[in-house]
Amino acid sequence: MEQAHGAGGAGPKQRAVEIGTALLTLLFGLIVVYGSYLVGVGWGSDGPQAGFFPFYIGVIILGCSLINLVQGLREEDRTLFAEWGQLGQVLKVLIPSCIYVALVPFLGIYLPSVLLILLFMIWLGKYGWPLALAVALGVPAFFYMTLERWFLIPLPKGPIEAMLGL
Amino acid sequence: MLENFINLYHGFYIAGDPFNILLMVIGILLGVIIGVLPGLGGANGVAILLPLTFSMSPTSAIILLTCIYWGALFGGAITSVLFNIPGEPWSVATTFDGHPMARSGRAGEALTAAFTSSFVGAFFAIVMITMIAPLVAQFALQFGPAEKFAVYFLAFASFVGMSKEPPAKTIVSMMIGFALAAVGLDMVTGQLRLTFGFSELLNGFDFLIAVIGLFGIGEILLTMEEGLEFRGKAAKIDPRVVWKTWKTLPKYWMTSLRSCIIGCWMGITPAGATPASFMSYGIAKRVSKNGKNFGNGEIEGVVAPETAAHAAGTAAMLPMLALGVPGSPTAAVLLGGLLIWGLQPGPMLFVEQAEFVWGLIASMYLGNIVGLILVLTTVPLFASILRIPFSIIAPVILVICAIGAYTVNNNVFDVLMMMVFGVLGYLLKKTNYPLAPLVLAIVLGDSAEEAFRQSLLASGGSLAVFWSNGLVSSIMGLGVVAGLWPLIAILFSKLRGHSAQPA
Repeated sequence: MEQAHGAGGAGPKQRAVEIGTALLTLLFGLIVVYGSYLVGVGWGSDGPQAGFFPFYIGVIILGCSLINLVQGLREEDRTLFAEWGQLGQVLKVLIPSCIYVALVPFLGIYLPSVLLILLFMIWLGKYGWPLALAVALGVPAFFYMTLERWFLIPLPKGPIEAMLGL
Repeated sequence: MLENFINLYHGFYIAGDPFNILLMVIGILLGVIIGVLPGLGGANGVAILLPLTFSMSPTSAIILLTCIYWGALFGGAITSVLFNIPGEPWSVATTFDGHPMARSGRAGEALTAAFTSSFVGAFFAIVMITMIAPLVAQFALQFGPAEKFAVYFLAFASFVGMSKEPPAKTIVSMMIGFALAAVGLDMVTGQLRLTFGFSELLNGFDFLIAVIGLFGIGEILLTMEEGLEFRGKAAKIDPRVVWKTWKTLPKYWMTSLRSCIIGCWMGITPAGATPASFMSYGIAKRVSKNGKNFGNGEIEGVVAPETAAHAAGTAAMLPMLALGVPGSPTAAVLLGGLLIWGLQPGPMLFVEQAEFVWGLIASMYLGNIVGLILVLTTVPLFASILRIPFSIIAPVILVICAIGAYTVNNNVFDVLMMMVFGVLGYLLKKTNYPLAPLVLAIVLGDSAEEAFRQSLLASGGSLAVFWSNGLVSSIMGLGVVAGLWPLIAILFSKLRGHSAQPA
């Protein structure tokens, strides 16, 4: 997956990301241990307390994260995690997707879906408006018909749908 | 034994219902589409469609969902052979010889071989399930909480020992799953834990959301990075090619049988289909007399991994049904489905829900036959789906994932969680943390914890309860061996290296 490109490849190193991930899991382990400590990790009158099991889970996470951290520190500093260009590609998908899920609670699922598909097709795919519009409107319409009409599963709706009286 | 066949006969009666056959066809077709598209795999495809089945009868629902799983297993082969893009991780090994065959104009042959061996592998595993599952279930009826925990321990320890990722990473990933499962209401004490005052976390993390995020969104991000290009070979399968290939296949019966056994073994211990396919390919390469030609389009190199992958994928259902311990992420999602439909997976299922279990087993036979016929006849159709550019497919899959995440609990917060899991999945995958143990741990976390606490309650807090009788100590012992297997293997090879010639 990670090829070391000879020319023109620059980007974050695999080593740095490995260390970062190990630190993240270490932090997660600490949160779990602390959270378990809050509800009690010992024996109550009726057996193990609520935090008993998660406490040891947290301890194991801490231990193994430390191993991974040491492994990461010992790794050679040569292989790339990804090139900046590749990460750019990922961000081009990630940022619109994050905005998309952030909009869903306010606008429902239909309007953001139309916008997301339009954005992808016109900005990344360089398609013309007619085709992009057709797909962007067709896909949500398909889900509206199958899910809401056929399976009677309601999807989140926003002010636009309310205006249309759906 | 005879009783099994009577039960199976009744099962065929249930599975053979026209409505259920229709569900099989729909399931297989959906499954192949899911297997062909990047970003939609067996596990999250089933997770997304699970809410649609809440209103069906459990038997029909599981037939639909397992057929999606079979379809996804078949679908992975199409992309590997025609496009050199493994649609699923377990079909990576199929690209080694399948794609070279397609490049030299033998795509039809490669696909026929792949589908047929998939079918053979699955069929072998189903026969094994029919024979063994009821025995295992009967045996497991005697299990107390300590034995139950020992089985979980064995399942998770074999992950640590079998996966090719570093053990510490496998353990971290698994424990993150257990920790996430612990969030929310504690079933025993009724206390809230690890919620830190967020009311959204009251019900904990839903594994379906985790699966959709980790496998769906994470996969799309990975695909974007690799700058996917579709440059596929055209596929045409006509009956003549199928017949010609079928005539050559019996020659490889030894490879098939070996791959079936490897697959079944790897599927029951939750190592899964992916290592099974690689292992089978590796052994076939070493053993076969055409071994040197592997990688240049040898049909045996398609038969071996495909047979093993399907045998493993199917065999993963055995521990799920008989013990309540799924052997693969997709089986884990199906197990979650059982819980939602109000069925308690585990040995009692065979006693209390005989109709459901045998209907499912019978549907596996029928589903794989239907699947083989369907994929052989519809390959060109699915190959054309792959020609749709990624800039159209990607947003549509994102929308499907979002809808799937929302419909699990009708909660928009879950859609945000899905995105968080997606980024996490991308990061973990890039840094070689395996995702399957994480998902299995979220699903099994509560049951494992319950078994653990009950055993400790009975013993008054002494860990000796896990070594207190022959049964529980032998399962725990197996678990320890499985978990420490890499160390043991190193030790073995060192010993052998001293006494005999170096490998």
